[in-house]
Amino acid sequence: MESIPYEHGLILASILFSLGLIGVLTRRNIVFVLMSLEIMLNASGLAFIVAAARWGHAEGQIMFLMILTLAAAEVAVGLGLIIQMYRRFQTVDINVLSEMKG
Amino acid sequence: MITLFYLAGAIAIISTVAVIVQTNIVHALIYLILSLLAVAVIFYVLGAPFAAMLEAIVYAGAIMVLFLFVIMMLNLGQHTIDQERSWLSLRGWIAPTIMAGLLLTNFLYVMDGIDHGVEPTRVGVLEVSVLLFGPYVLAVELASILLLAGLVAAYHLAKKRD
Amino acid sequence: MLDLIWLLPTFPLLGFLVLVLTAGKLPKPIVALIGAGSVGASFLLAALIAFQFANGGEDHYVREVWTWMAVGDFRSGFSFYLDGLSMVMMLIITGIGFLIHLYATGYMADDPGYSRFFSYMNLFVAAMLMLVLGDNLVLLYLGWEGVGLCSYLLIGFWYTNPENGYAARKAFVVTRVGDTSMAIGLFLLFAQLGTLNIQDMLSAAETEWAVGSGFAIAASLLLLGGAVGKSAQLPLQTWLPDAMAGPTPISALIHAATMVTAGVYLIARTHVLFELAPDVQMLVAWIGLITLLMAGFTALTQSDIKRVLAYSTVSQIGYMFLGLGVGAWSAAIFHLMTHAFFKALLFLASGTVILSLHHEQDIFKMGNLRKKLPVSFLSFLIGSLALTAFPFTSGYFSKDEILLGALALEGVGTWLWLGGVLGAFFTGIYTFRLFFLVFFGESRGHEPDKEVGGWHMNGPLYLLMVGALLAGFLHLPLEAVFNHGEAFEEHHVSALVHGFMIASPLIGIGVSYLFYMSGSLSVAGLMGNPLSRLLHRFWHSGWGMDWLYDRLFVFPFLWLARINRADLIDRCYGVLVELSRAGNELLVRTQTGYLRWYALSVVGGLVLIVSLGVLL
Repeated sequence: MESIPYEHGLILASILFSLGLIGVLTRRNIVFVLMSLEIMLNASGLAFIVAAARWGHAEGQIMFLMILTLAAAEVAVGLGLIIQMYRRFQTVDINVLSEMKG
Repeated sequence: MITLFYLAGAIAIISTVAVIVQTNIVHALIYLILSLLAVAVIFYVLGAPFAAMLEAIVYAGAIMVLFLFVIMMLNLGQHTIDQERSWLSLRGWIAPTIMAGLLLTNFLYVMDGIDHGVEPTRVGVLEVSVLLFGPYVLAVELASILLLAGLVAAYHLAKKRD
Repeated sequence: MLDLIWLLPTFPLLGFLVLVLTAGKLPKPIVALIGAGSVGASFLLAALIAFQFANGGEDHYVREVWTWMAVGDFRSGFSFYLDGLSMVMMLIITGIGFLIHLYATGYMADDPGYSRFFSYMNLFVAAMLMLVLGDNLVLLYLGWEGVGLCSYLLIGFWYTNPENGYAARKAFVVTRVGDTSMAIGLFLLFAQLGTLNIQDMLSAAETEWAVGSGFAIAASLLLLGGAVGKSAQLPLQTWLPDAMAGPTPISALIHAATMVTAGVYLIARTHVLFELAPDVQMLVAWIGLITLLMAGFTALTQSDIKRVLAYSTVSQIGYMFLGLGVGAWSAAIFHLMTHAFFKALLFLASGTVILSLHHEQDIFKMGNLRKKLPVSFLSFLIGSLALTAFPFTSGYFSKDEILLGALALEGVGTWLWLGGVLGAFFTGIYTFRLFFLVFFGESRGHEPDKEVGGWHMNGPLYLLMVGALLAGFLHLPLEAVFNHGEAFEEHHVSALVHGFMIASPLIGIGVSYLFYMSGSLSVAGLMGNPLSRLLHRFWHSGWGMDWLYDRLFVFPFLWLARINRADLIDRCYGVLVELSRAGNELLVRTQTGYLRWYALSVVGGLVLIVSLGVLL
């Protein structure tokens, strides 16, 4: 097998993370925000897998599994919240939820 | 192999960009699945077939189907696409992009100087499982409790109550 | 029986606790039963104890209940000391206190604060008993402050009127001056003699201090300061006339019969100290004399029925101080007792008058009430006679003894005697001025429908009448207390002196008769003279003492407070407040409520920290 530049894997993860971040910060539709969060989580999982491959250890994959679990739970709760929000406000615009304004 | 790595990386980046700029939410979701599958390929290339499988099944499969369900429940039609378009003004992109760019610069700066080249060693299901049910069994239990909590919370939150 | 002495203050204290904890929820008959009954129970017990003690033949009896505090060598306990002096005091407090409680059940019947009133009264009786029965100065001080507190609460009993609150604060602050002096006196005594147990302290003082030594003078002066504050003597007498703002039974119980005599009790209790400092003892006599004359003049000009009685109280306590000052200890205590009877009688009778006239207190709006208010008339007649020391009433015997005691003193004694006789003359004038104005002459305005009464109001009056008439024939068992120093030989004075002493109040009564009854002398004619008008105004204001104290203490203090109100330190704190408010507004502006804003700030912080970590 040819060697894959370890650095490039991490760079890929960073790029995906940043793109997810841009999505979180830019979108007003809360479903998009949640999807962007998934991208970010996935990017960090990628970073762990790259590290695991670099050192030849299985621990990185275990961390990825944990992140996967976290993502599943988070999506379940987040989508429940979205449904509730839609029922109450008839919108998916997160700017509507600004009652915490000081 | 290395070609596959770069190809999948390019696909992942492009489809992710498509996700965050899409106005049609169903299209965005399909791009997201594409991106996740590309990442699964990268996992495989990096010698982690177990993770790749999970990525494809759990992430691209289960979680994304969940999204799809919710989108269908919310019943967002053509008017939401126009709405999305009106929400996505150019000015809204500036600050997040600068932020993310700064963060990325930081990451790249840190990574400069790390040794090159990694010989992907294949770490299969066996090794992962031995570790998972050996020293990390407590983490597994905690993860299951977390999933249970997520289940209860999702049920409770999505319940109709008046 | 004697070992039950601790129950004496406990009964009223329990009554107080029950009344306070039920917070006015009890029906009035039960409140009256608890309030008056607890003091009545104390009186019965006190009578039994006194009977047994008097027949026991012992000089004193000590009952230690428990140790209150023990610090190093200092021990102070709840222990009660019974001797002739404290026995007399305890009987006066519980006996007259019970009668006044009984009277108050009728007097206060329509007051919404019925239960509160009796709870304060019970607390007062408990504290007063603690004061006279305590065998150490700390316990005495506890009672001393307790009665001060009750006095404050009861003067301001009708708190909705701000003037009453002012009078209460004035009484509290003025007596506080004396109390502080007394507290310092206690510190001095403890520092020098190492004990605050009264008997140990007195015997230690006798052995360690020479007559006229500096410590004896300082200690007795400081205690005297406390005594003049509590007993409303010069220069701290200004609070007592204002204290009449409280309900009339309060004026009778606290501000005539018991609490104000606490100063007399204190000096009598620590008389050994005063004997060690003859100069201070002489000062006591002079304070008493000057106070009694000043108060006598002031009482001449007052128009409020209770203020006349208040100034006469100040004046009579002046007599007691005079007696203490000349070393006639027993006579002073004797006068304390007889005064308690007739002054309680006068105050309660004035209470009946006031209530019958629907809270009218101005004697120039009364008149010709003797037919309408027969019981008050009789009470006032007997009380006034006793107050003016009419022969063979109780006041006659006690005042006589004090004046004879003064006469027995070498040198200045004659002058003190003369002053006292002059005071008796004025007592005659002002007492019967009040009496004639209220019960004789023309009716001036108010016509009572009928006299308020009932057995629980008139019964105490009749009993006090008997006391005011006959208390002079009692013999107080005080020889054992004042066995040293007091001259027991009979003073043989000429019939002329005696005649003079009997005549002076009678002349006073006669003068009063000429002015206010026959009209052969006219007040209006006297007032034509500008000098007498000036004197009238001066005396009416209580010799301008309030005016003087306002100028000397109150206004400078207020001025200091006012200039200090916007001081620099305050302004520093103000800056702090402004800063935190500005910071608050700044932070509020960051709280937009938009989720993306929060996420952006999180990312901003992250970027900042990561950049710092990378660059540094």
